[in-house]
Amino acid sequence: MNIPGQDKILLDGLAKQDSIAIESLYRLNFQMVQNLILNNKGNSEDAADIFQEAMIVLYEKSIHPDFILHCQIKTYLYSVCRRLWLKKLEKQKRIVIHTNEFDQVISVEEDLEKHEITTSNFKIMENALSKVGEPCKGILEAFYINKKQMQEIATLFKYTNADNAKTQKYKCLTRLKKLFFAEYKNL
Amino acid sequence: MEDLLLMDTVERYVKGEMDAVERTNFEDLRKNNPAIDQSVVEHIYFLNEIEKYGRTKRLKHTLNETFLTLTDQGIIKTNSLEGKAIVVYLWNRYKKTIGVAASIAIIVSIVCASIISIFSPGKQNNIKPLVEKLKEQDDKYKKLEKQIGQLNEINQQSEKPRLESKFRATGFMIDVNNNFIVTNAHVLNEATHQLIIENNKGEQFKAEPVYVNPDNDLAILRIIDNDFKKLPPIPYSIKKTNASLGEQVFILGYPKQEVVYGEGYISAENGYKMDTIYCQLSTLANEGNSGSPVINKNGELVGVVSSMEANSEGVVYAIKSSNIYSALNQIKKIKENESIKITSKPSLKNCDRVSQIKKVEDYVFMIKGN
Repeated sequence: MNIPGQDKILLDGLAKQDSIAIESLYRLNFQMVQNLILNNKGNSEDAADIFQEAMIVLYEKSIHPDFILHCQIKTYLYSVCRRLWLKKLEKQKRIVIHTNEFDQVISVEEDLEKHEITTSNFKIMENALSKVGEPCKGILEAFYINKKQMQEIATLFKYTNADNAKTQKYKCLTRLKKLFFAEYKNL
Repeated sequence: MEDLLLMDTVERYVKGEMDAVERTNFEDLRKNNPAIDQSVVEHIYFLNEIEKYGRTKRLKHTLNETFLTLTDQGIIKTNSLEGKAIVVYLWNRYKKTIGVAASIAIIVSIVCASIISIFSPGKQNNIKPLVEKLKEQDDKYKKLEKQIGQLNEINQQSEKPRLESKFRATGFMIDVNNNFIVTNAHVLNEATHQLIIENNKGEQFKAEPVYVNPDNDLAILRIIDNDFKKLPPIPYSIKKTNASLGEQVFILGYPKQEVVYGEGYISAENGYKMDTIYCQLSTLANEGNSGSPVINKNGELVGVVSSMEANSEGVVYAIKSSNIYSALNQIKKIKENESIKITSKPSLKNCDRVSQIKKVEDYVFMIKGN
C-alpha cells in the first residue's frame, strides 16, 4: 500500500541525492525489477545495471523545477526498466519479453530520449576528463564534482596559495573545454 | 590570460557572487560586445554540463554504495526470485524442455554425444592436422618424384637408398649443437618404422625423436646421421612471450616437394575453443605445413603451425613458441650434459623479406617417414 505523500518525500530526497531516500527506493522496488529481468533472460548483474539507470532517469526528472510524476514511483521505475531492458534485448535480437499482463506500464519514451542525450554528454565529459591528464583531472574533479574550496585544493595539490591553484584550475578548464567541444561538435 | 579572467568572471556571475554594480556592468558588456557574449554563453553551457556530469557521477556513486550495502545486509537478494515470480521464471525457462518426448530426446542426444566424444579424437573435431599423407591419388606425382630422386641419386656419388615415405610434414632447427629439430607430435604418429629429414637440396638424413608431447603437440627430433654437416648459427630467435594480435608473420613449409612461403598475421591470441597453448593465424596452409615455423618481421619465431580449421579457409592454429622452452627444459632435465644453445639475437632483424627467407630456408626441413 502506498501512503499518499510518501512518494513525494522520496522524490524530494532523491533530488537531493539523500542516501536514506535512495536506500528506500532500492528496498521498495529493486526486487520487482530483478524479477522482470530474470524472467527475461537477464541475470542479477543486468538487473543492478538497469535499475541504476532507471534511478538516474527518475533523478533527472526529479530535479526539474516543474516536475510532476503522474503515477506511482513503482509504476514509473517498472516502465523505465522494462523499456530499457527491451531495448537491450532488441540489440541482442531476442525480442520476446515476458511480463505479467496486469502490470501497469506507462509511456516513458520522452523521458528516455532526454536521458539518452544526458548519457551521451556524460560520456563525452568523462572521455574529455580522462584525456586532460593529471593534475588537471584531479583539480577539476575536486572543484566541480566534489565541490572542494580553492584553499583546500591548493593544499591538496601543493600550490603555494589559492590564487595559484585557481589560475591552474582555469588553465585546466580551458583544456577540458577544448576537448569537450571537439567531441561534442563531432556528433 | 584574458580568457582566464573571463572564465572567472562568468563563474562568479553564474554563482551570484557579484554585487549589483558589477553585475550591471557585466551585463552591459555582454550587450555591447557580441563576441564576448558568445563566449559567455558557451562557457555557461559548459559549466552547466560539468555540473550535470558531477551530479550524475555523485549519484552513481551513492547508488552503487547503497546497492552494495543492501546486498551485504541481505536486504537485496541478487539472483533470487520471490513468490509467484519463481513459477513464472521456471516455466519460462523450462517450458520448451518439459514433456516426456523432450526428456527422451535429451537422454538420447546425451548418449550419442558421449559416444561420439569417446570415439572421436578429442578436440580435433573440427580441426585437421596438417601432415600430408601421401595417398594413392598422388601416384603419378610420386612416380615423377621417384624418377627425379633416381636422377639425383645418379648424380650423387653417395648410394644411400632413398626413403619410401608415407607422409610429409615440416620441421625446423632450433639448436645447431645437438641438431635439434622441432615439429608436431602428431607428425610422428605416422612414422612407425623410420624417420627421415630432408633439406631443400633433397638430401635425406636419419633422425630420432628425443621429446614427444601430445598435450601441446610438440616433438623435438635429433639428426643422428653422421653425414649431416653442422649448420652455421640459427638466424632466428625463439620468442618467450606471446605474439601480439595483428603482428605480421610468415611461414615456411613443405606442403609440396619444395619449400613454400606464406604470409599472414596473428588473428587471435588463443586457438581452437580458446586453447591457450595455441594462437590463431590468418594465412593459407596445406597438408604438409605441420611443423612450419611462424616468424615475425624481427626474426623471432613466434609459433609452430599445427592445424587448421577444416570448415573455414585461412584459419590456422600454431603452437605458441613459449612451449618450445618448456620442451627444452624437459630435455635438459633428462639429459643434463646437453649444451643447448638458442639464438638470442636474431640475425634476420632488419633484413628484407627475401633475404630473411633465404637465410631461414636452410633450417627448415621436410619430415618424412614410414
